[in-house]
Amino acid sequence: MLNNLALIIGVTLMYSTPLIFTALGGVISEKSGVVNIGLEGMMVIGAFIAATVGYYSGNPWLAFVSGGLGGAFFGLLHAVASVTFSANQVVSGIAINFLGPGVALFLSRIFFNGATTTRSIDLDNKIPRLLHGIFPNDSFLYYVFDNQYATSYIAFILVFIIWYLLKKTVFGLRLKSVGEHPAAADTLGINVFRIRYFAVISSGFLAGLGGATLSISVVSNFRPTLVSGQGFIALAAMIFGKWKPIETMFACLLFGLAQGLVIFVGQFDFHISSQLLNMLPYILTLIVLVIFVGKSVAPAADGIPYEKEQKH
Amino acid sequence: MKKNSKIIKFFTESNKAFTLISILLGFFIGGLILWLSGFNPFRAYQIIINGIFSKPTYISYTIIRATPLILTGLSVAFAFRTGLFNIGAEGQFIIGSAAALAGYYINLPAILLIPVVIFIAIFFSGLWGAIAGLLKSKYGIHEVISTIMLNWIALYLQNYFTSIKGFAKPNSEATKYIYDNAKITFLDNWKHTDQGIEWLKNHQLLKDILRTPANFGIFIAILCAILVWVILNKTTLGYKLRAVGFNKEAARYGGINIEKYTIISMFISGSLAGLAGGLHVMGVSHNITILSAMEGYGFDGIAVALIGNNAAFGTIWAGFLFGALKYGGTKIQPFMGAPSEIISIMIGTIVFFISMPNIIKISLNKILKKNKKRGDNAQ
Repeated sequence: MLNNLALIIGVTLMYSTPLIFTALGGVISEKSGVVNIGLEGMMVIGAFIAATVGYYSGNPWLAFVSGGLGGAFFGLLHAVASVTFSANQVVSGIAINFLGPGVALFLSRIFFNGATTTRSIDLDNKIPRLLHGIFPNDSFLYYVFDNQYATSYIAFILVFIIWYLLKKTVFGLRLKSVGEHPAAADTLGINVFRIRYFAVISSGFLAGLGGATLSISVVSNFRPTLVSGQGFIALAAMIFGKWKPIETMFACLLFGLAQGLVIFVGQFDFHISSQLLNMLPYILTLIVLVIFVGKSVAPAADGIPYEKEQKH
Repeated sequence: MKKNSKIIKFFTESNKAFTLISILLGFFIGGLILWLSGFNPFRAYQIIINGIFSKPTYISYTIIRATPLILTGLSVAFAFRTGLFNIGAEGQFIIGSAAALAGYYINLPAILLIPVVIFIAIFFSGLWGAIAGLLKSKYGIHEVISTIMLNWIALYLQNYFTSIKGFAKPNSEATKYIYDNAKITFLDNWKHTDQGIEWLKNHQLLKDILRTPANFGIFIAILCAILVWVILNKTTLGYKLRAVGFNKEAARYGGINIEKYTIISMFISGSLAGLAGGLHVMGVSHNITILSAMEGYGFDGIAVALIGNNAAFGTIWAGFLFGALKYGGTKIQPFMGAPSEIISIMIGTIVFFISMPNIIKISLNKILKKNKKRGDNAQ
């Protein structure tokens, strides 16, 4: 019983990690006032690039960072559209969601002989499992930590770094002010454009890391259905977490738990439909949104392009 | 000089011209990527065009591909025109296709059963859409968020029902087929009879067309486009819906019940996407299967609506464009080994440019400013 609980905790941690990276990306972007519905596409490209670089180089950390950079490139595209050219941010996000999987599958066919599934990476070349073989077999801690990849720990550390950045630093204050009232921030001499560029590109980088976590930690290759909707779950987690890093982390854990239960149920043949469990994160998000009726918590200028007034 | 400014105005302020430029840029960048990857873009486009037009079978498949896209495009466009962003066409499509399974549980003469099944698909998907409308008007939840959630709930709901005993065929991930009377595929039974096969031997054109699941769906889709145009432009309902989309506060001041019309709009939008799903089951697949991922009809519909300028008739040709590219694009894979995903990249590029209607104006301003600065410095 206790071991089952440990197993569920372990699987939950593993499955919430990609969500945490990506949702943190969402938090940074939206805090600066740019809606990022393209997280899904950024995750897909990150997952693909990480799997490919990992396969060819054999270096998991190079692969991990490359995945992030792939996401950052699409973040840059989103930033050019939404910051410089005052795009409709939802529409340009949707474009990213076409482009990300499109480019990933296109490149996959070129690098892997026409296949949309990349070749598997050896366990030795995946992200290392930090606490592997440390705890005695069959102990509680063994089930929780033994199979945990280093990315999980990085994700949780990152939560606190971003919390600190937003809450305690001048830069965080500026970023939030740009998301709440860009015109006021501008008059105070804050460069709205530069901050939004930074935020959106970082959010792409983080979503890319989230995708990379999927392809080189959770599994060991890229395939077209690998991400299927996790970018949107991360978006839901961000809303669920009221655009705050720590709350968002808890939302990711909850959604990871829902996924963990699906795996768990699959292993032990309980009589709960995995389809219904899969539905849980989405229903929970809607319920939470209904309960927090009227409490608008999104940054005030979220989704609104900022156009500097013409100076004469 | 004056003529010049007129041209600039056309390109900076006309939606249609900008859409056209976006499409051309999509084709250009798609070609560029092919070229950079070592493929001849002209050959690729030639294969795509041949793959769409060169045989009656191909044309028929293109039309079959375009049908659901026109309807999901109309769904998104309708919502857009009333100020709502329906990302939920995907889920509404799923609900509509699942509801069309009613064609397995009810058996009536075709003339009655077809309208009944269509009605059921429309009704349930409309309700599914209306949930998002209700969540928005009653709880202030943005429809982009709620419809993303509802999409996934719909996917797993369909999978749940498909996996229940009695719905699914034993040991299979698919449901049973709907009754013949509920099918809208052209001559679906006759074309497989001895008599049909014999007759078609001498009629090559019809044989080619009937080799595909050609069906009545396209006529219904075009009829819906006309209907959407009439509702939006010629009825009081449409006037009120557009007023809400155009300026909420003004509409409220004018005595329009915004909450009510938000729900109505999402109902209509949802039913259009659901009709796409229903017709797909009635005309092409005749059953539903467990989905491992979204099929994308609804998401593609967003692109179709945007490319079609959110206009009823624009959506028709955008649906054909998209359907043709999606079908013709699959041919470059076997014929020249070029990844057919180039189509997604092209569509993504087109949508990307369409998201920035001000790009030309802003770039021109920037260039003008730079020139002016340079001029000032020179003086």
